[in-house]
Amino acid sequence: MRSGWWRSMSAAALLLWGGLQVASAMEPIRIGAFLTLTGPSASLGDPELKTLRSYIADLNAKGGVIGRTIELHDCDTGGNAQQAIACVKRLIEQDRVDLLIGGSTTGDTMAVIPAVEQARIPLISLAGGIEIIDPVKHWVFKTPHTDRMAVAKIYANLRKRGLTKVALITGDGGFDQSGRAQLHQLAPQYGIAIVADETYGNQDADMTAQLARIKASNAQAIINFGFGQAPAVVTRDAKQLGITLPLYQSHGVVSQSFIEQAGAAAEGVRLPAAALVVAEQLPDANPQKPVLLAYKRRYESQYGPVSTFGGHAYDGLMIAVAAIRRAGDVDKAKLRDEIERTSGLIGVAGVFEMTPEDHVGLNADAFRMVEIHNGSWRLLP
Amino acid sequence: MPEQLFQFLLTGITVGSLYALVGLGFALIYNASDVVNFAQGEFVMLGAMLTIALLGAGLPLPLAALAATGLTVLVGLLLERFAIEPALGAPVVSTIIITIGAAIFLRGAALLLWGKDFHRLPAFSGDAPIQLGSATLLPQSLWVLGGTALLVLGVRFFFERTRPGKALLACSYNRTAAQLVGINVRVMLRLAYGLSAGLGALAGILIAPITFSSYEAGVMLGLKGFSAAIVGGMGNPMGAVVGGLLLGVLESLGAGLISSGYKDAIAFLFVLMVLFFEPTGLFGHKVAERV
Amino acid sequence: MRLAGFYGFAALVVLLPLLFPNDYFVIVVGASAGLHAILAVGLNLLVGYAGQISLGHAAFFGMGAYASAILTTRFGWPGLLALLAGLLVAGLLAWLLARPILRLRGHYLAMATLGFGVIVHVILVQATDWTGGPDGLSGIPPLNLFGWTVEGDLQWYGVIAAAMLLAIWLSLNLVDSQIGRALRAVHGSEFAAQMMGIDTARAKTQVFVVSALFAAFAGSLFAHQQAFVSPDSFNLAVSVELVTMVVLGGIASTFGAACGAIALTLLRQGLVVFEDYEMLIHGALLMAVMIFLPQGLFVGLGQALRTGLRRCGLGRRRDRHRSLSTAGVQDPGSPP
Repeated sequence: MRSGWWRSMSAAALLLWGGLQVASAMEPIRIGAFLTLTGPSASLGDPELKTLRSYIADLNAKGGVIGRTIELHDCDTGGNAQQAIACVKRLIEQDRVDLLIGGSTTGDTMAVIPAVEQARIPLISLAGGIEIIDPVKHWVFKTPHTDRMAVAKIYANLRKRGLTKVALITGDGGFDQSGRAQLHQLAPQYGIAIVADETYGNQDADMTAQLARIKASNAQAIINFGFGQAPAVVTRDAKQLGITLPLYQSHGVVSQSFIEQAGAAAEGVRLPAAALVVAEQLPDANPQKPVLLAYKRRYESQYGPVSTFGGHAYDGLMIAVAAIRRAGDVDKAKLRDEIERTSGLIGVAGVFEMTPEDHVGLNADAFRMVEIHNGSWRLLP
Repeated sequence: MPEQLFQFLLTGITVGSLYALVGLGFALIYNASDVVNFAQGEFVMLGAMLTIALLGAGLPLPLAALAATGLTVLVGLLLERFAIEPALGAPVVSTIIITIGAAIFLRGAALLLWGKDFHRLPAFSGDAPIQLGSATLLPQSLWVLGGTALLVLGVRFFFERTRPGKALLACSYNRTAAQLVGINVRVMLRLAYGLSAGLGALAGILIAPITFSSYEAGVMLGLKGFSAAIVGGMGNPMGAVVGGLLLGVLESLGAGLISSGYKDAIAFLFVLMVLFFEPTGLFGHKVAERV
Repeated sequence: MRLAGFYGFAALVVLLPLLFPNDYFVIVVGASAGLHAILAVGLNLLVGYAGQISLGHAAFFGMGAYASAILTTRFGWPGLLALLAGLLVAGLLAWLLARPILRLRGHYLAMATLGFGVIVHVILVQATDWTGGPDGLSGIPPLNLFGWTVEGDLQWYGVIAAAMLLAIWLSLNLVDSQIGRALRAVHGSEFAAQMMGIDTARAKTQVFVVSALFAAFAGSLFAHQQAFVSPDSFNLAVSVELVTMVVLGGIASTFGAACGAIALTLLRQGLVVFEDYEMLIHGALLMAVMIFLPQGLFVGLGQALRTGLRRCGLGRRRDRHRSLSTAGVQDPGSPP
């Protein structure tokens, strides 16, 4: 009697267990995204989330990946490092995600790295700072070009014009200061002398004091590494002071709203940008062109003008999906190894060739030098 | 160096008059209610954003500005009626939290209405800089300076020459006494909120072409305006104007001559120093404590 | 009897992780709420009991955090020693600032403390060589307590919960001490307190230093728990939020401050699901609580509950007395 009871119980348990196994095979793949959806960097997270949502819906409509649907869990960091850490812990512990995409900013990404390494989960960052992948961190990858590549591109362009003395003007945010550090680091290598180094607060309404100092220096060009509305203020104030030196901006301002805000003063401003903004101007033979145009069309048909930040999210998702397909499941260690083996993947930012030593896999050629001309971007040769 | 100094001063006065305008609104409400309205910066933001939105809807600039000011006044009155009046007599910290709550609420509403992007109002009379000796000035700065001067004179006239103005002033000196001589304190309170919302909106419209605007634009301006009002002596409108100009010039000189990174620290160090030596600001009236 | 509430609260804090050992909301958000509670309880001594507002308290929080971060990562100090150094720095600075700053009243005091907070924040952002600038400092080693290394979220919950209970216990005792009574006299009327022979400047300095120490202590724990610090965590918005916590929970009540901190932390986490509507709801809730419960959630609801009970004939006279002493403002000599 007793043994019969045991037998039926264990049979039931076995059945239940088997059922669970089947269910878990059908469990969705969970991707956690922590992005800056509010706060001063909201213009980054917003297109990133839209891109992820759009493409994940598309993938699911086509039957998902490795036979499983993808579930997106997102969390707003507000550009605050402390909130970013809380987000990542929530995504890992409560939502049990298999992979993380984000932060939108270098600050958010750097803040969560200890938690990510402790949880042993792959992270694909959408932020620019080189410190994210240099030195290489086992679990951390990123899709945008580094700020070092942007600086290299600017310096190379300066040398081409025979200019060697530059004035820097940067904001007090993480993006700005990380770029400023790279500007200082790479200057000797390119034979560039920094003759002025000004900063401003990102909320400041007026930069004429700093620019007046630059005007009085013997600089031959101005480089502004900044983000948000501040670079537009710098551009406008430089014009106001009658400064005619060539002005270089960073890839932080690649958006139509910069051109709108700075108005006529934006004419002639040069900056390194992802190919996305000049997609139509690329030669047809360029293998990146169809990818860029497809992304642009899809995004613009759903949400309005495209931005390069959304492109970083596209790249992150595509790298992740390709890795999941190769790995065949979402075991975190396997997934990480497969992300590191990403090769020849044509994304919005360029062609990704990751290695154990290079967790971004792009080179400086992925950046294009563009100039603002008649209110739009012109690809420079 | 002296030529640059002139540029720094010009910049400082322009930025300072922005702070002065916002500070004026703080002083007005403080006069009437002893409340520091931390949503003052949001009035400025609303004025700017509403004008941009109405302009986008096809209204001509003067009409858009007028309508935006009217709408902001309405918001000010609603805030007074539904958030400040019910809490009359609450401790000072509670009223601070209420106005902070109101500020967050208005920011949230602006976020829903206009999104997270920065918006720009075209300058009233073009972007061609005006040369003044070795220094330059944007035409919009002249609008700001002129607008500030007019509004300051208007506020002054209101307090010194009109009945409601004098009544408001009486409330600020002694609310109970004002009530005893037949002044309706509630009406005065509404007047003060409506006025300072209107002032804030006008300030926002004047400065939007210079600063750009977004749902969070009020935070920084509110902070600087509050500092201006404190330096001048809380409740003294002319003091707030002087305080704003001082702060603006100091920031600009600090950025130009000492260090641009530390300019905010320099400005606030100045505020602290003022308070250490003049605990009620430069022009604040000293109040004896009642036991 | 006085500490009955304390023991009840402590039991709840210990029980929660036992009931939900792997729950993110309890463990991670709970730890964050605990840290905020330490900060709010410390700030409440200044704001609630002494009646002195501070809009720059995040500065002391930041000093504790950065002292731990810099000393452990750059100089290899052990965590506990760095924590003590942080306390020393914050305490010393508070002591130096107390007299000139606390001479100010009302909104002038608010401005001065706000200015102090902004200056410290600017230094954290600009002194890149020391603080790592806006991107902050990472790689802070785990805290080692006499041979035991604190690791993982559950252990951190334990450490922070213990620290929070210690802070509450200290605060409860401080309030009932001679200093506490002097402070409440200062809150009522500083001039009258002076007439009664209380050295008000000294009393205010003491409480300012103590509340700075609470904040720096929380800062050190925070730095180790997050393994990362950046200036964002110590800006004006944080200072304002701390005051909000104190006022929201119920001013001049230790448990009120702690509850306010916990409530606001949970609220911020809970509101995230509303996405773009988050700010709108957050602002509306703040206004509503302050309008309808001007004495704060904890004190206000507590009083409403007691009035309700008394109407039903269940209340006792003692309750009325206790409610006065928790409100604590005009009742300097309440019996223990």
